Amino acid sequence: MTQTPHISVQHLNVHIGNQHILNDININIPDKKVTSIIGPSGCGKTTLLKSFNRLLDNTPGVKITGKVLVDGEDIYDPKAEVTHIRKKMGLLSQRPYPLPMSIYDNIAYGPRIHGIKKKQVLDQLVEEQLKATGLWNEVKDRLNASASRLSIGQQQRLCLARGLAVNPEIILGDESTSALDPVSTSIIEDLFISLKEKYSIVLVTHILRQARRVSDYIIFVYGGKVIEFGPTEEVLLNPKEELTREYVKGYIS
Amino acid sequence: MQLRILKDKILSKLMLVLTLASVSLLLIIGIGLYLHSAPIIEKSSWGTLVTSSVWKPLRGLFGFFPFIMGTLWVTGIAIIIALPLCLLTALFITEYAQGGLKRILVPFVNLLSGIPPVIFGVWGVLFIIPLIQNHIAPHFVEFSTGYSVLAGGIVLAVMIFPLIVSIVSEVLNTIPQELKDASLSLGANKWETIKKVILRKALPGIIAAVVLAVSRAFGETIAVLMVCGNNAVVPHSVFDAGYPLPALIANNYGEMLSIPLYDSALMFAALLLFIIILLFNIISRVILSRLERKLAS
Repeated sequence: MTQTPHISVQHLNVHIGNQHILNDININIPDKKVTSIIGPSGCGKTTLLKSFNRLLDNTPGVKITGKVLVDGEDIYDPKAEVTHIRKKMGLLSQRPYPLPMSIYDNIAYGPRIHGIKKKQVLDQLVEEQLKATGLWNEVKDRLNASASRLSIGQQQRLCLARGLAVNPEIILGDESTSALDPVSTSIIEDLFISLKEKYSIVLVTHILRQARRVSDYIIFVYGGKVIEFGPTEEVLLNPKEELTREYVKGYIS
Repeated sequence: MQLRILKDKILSKLMLVLTLASVSLLLIIGIGLYLHSAPIIEKSSWGTLVTSSVWKPLRGLFGFFPFIMGTLWVTGIAIIIALPLCLLTALFITEYAQGGLKRILVPFVNLLSGIPPVIFGVWGVLFIIPLIQNHIAPHFVEFSTGYSVLAGGIVLAVMIFPLIVSIVSEVLNTIPQELKDASLSLGANKWETIKKVILRKALPGIIAAVVLAVSRAFGETIAVLMVCGNNAVVPHSVFDAGYPLPALIANNYGEMLSIPLYDSALMFAALLLFIIILLFNIISRVILSRLERKLAS
C-alpha cells in the first residue's frame, strides 16, 4: 500500500468484563478503498468496527487501550471530542434503524444537529443524498411519510443516505446486508463500490462472496487477532496463513 | 385423547366466562351507581347538579361543581409536578445510571409505591402543609392555612411518581440500542438523542403511563383528604382549599344520612367520579391510537 492510511490502529486491546475481545490489533485501513473485515462469528470483527467510531464506549464494562488514529488524530485521546469523531463516519448497521420521523427528517437529522437550519440547503441535501442512494424516484412524492413505511431494503438505503448527509469521510458497514433480500443486497453492494470514489469504506461481513465482490482489501480476524491483511484476491485465493486458508475453504466458520 | 380435547375446551370456555364476568363488573357498578343516585337526579337534573356551586344539603341544595373542580385541580397539579420529575428520573435510570446504581435505584423507586396512602397523608400534614403555609404561600397570597389543592397535588404527585417512573423506564428499556447508536453515529450527543429520538419513540408509552397514573390519581382518597382542606368551594388558586369527590364520599358516607337525599347525593358523587375516569380513559385511548397511527404513517 502506497497511499497514506485513513484509519491506523495501533496496539488496540479491548476487554469487555473478563473477556479479552481484541488482542493487540495493528492495521492500516487504506484511504478511498473498500476494506472488508471477515472472520467467524464471535471473533471480534464487529467490536473492531465499533472501535473506529467509539460506539464501544456505550458497552458496559468495556476497557480499551491502544490507539486508533483517524486522519492522524487519536480518537481515544482523553481530549478527543466524540461527536466530531462520529460525524466523520457513517454507520450502517445489520438491520436498518430509521429514526422515528419522516423520510425527510431522517436525512435532515444529522445536518440539523450540526447547525444547518436553512430550508433550501436542507432540501438540496436531502435530494442529493436520496439520489446518491437511488431512493429519490421511489420516495420523492412522500418525503413527509414516516420512514418506517418503507420496505426494509429502502430503509437500509435511507440509513445510508442519512449517514452520508453529515458529510462523513468513512462509511462503516456492520453486516449491512444480512437482513436484506438479494435484490436490495446487490443495490447496497453496488452503492458501496460506487461510493468508494469519495469515501473510505470498512465493512464487516461473514459472506465471503460479498467480500470478494466489493472489497479491495481484506482483514481476516480470528480469536480477537488479525491473522491476515492484504488485497482481496491475495487473501482469498492465495492466503499466506494456514488459518485463513481453512476459513476461506470453509473448514472453520 | 377425548379427555384432553374436552379439558382444553372447558378451560377456554371457563376463561371466557371469567373474563366476561370481570368486564361486566364495570357495567354492573355503573348501573348500580346510577340506580342509587336516581332519586337526586329525578329531583334536580343533571345540568344543575353538575354546574351548581351551592352545597347546602340541609336545604336540599346539592351542587357538585366545586367537587368536580377540586378533583380536576388536585389531579392536574399532581400530574404537572410529577410528569417532568418522572421523565427525568426514568431517563436517568435507563440512560445514565451505571450497573450498581441502577440496581439500587429501581427497587428503591418501587418501594415508594408500597407505602400506604395514609402515611403520605401524615407526611403531607406534618411537612407539606407547614411548608406551604410558611414558606411558599406568603410569596403569592396574603393568607393560606396550607391546606390547599397544592398540598393535595404535591402529595398525590409523590404517590403516582413510582408508577410513572416504573412504566416509563420499562418503555425506555424497549428502545433498541441500535436506534440510539444510529443517532449517536451521526454525531448527535446523548441529550440530542434523548430529546429527538428516544422520547419521540417512547411517546405513546409515556402517554399510556400518564393515563394510568391520572386514573389512579382521580380516585386517590385518604392522603388527599388529609391535606386539601375539604371546603366545598371552587378553588381559584393553588393555595385555595378544595374538596375532591373521593374525599366527599369518604368523609360523609355513613354519617348524616338522616338528611333527605344525602345518601343519593353521595352516590351521585361516586357516579360522577366513575364517569370522569371513564371519559378520561376513552378520550386518552382515542388520542393514543391517533398518535400511534400518525407515527406509523
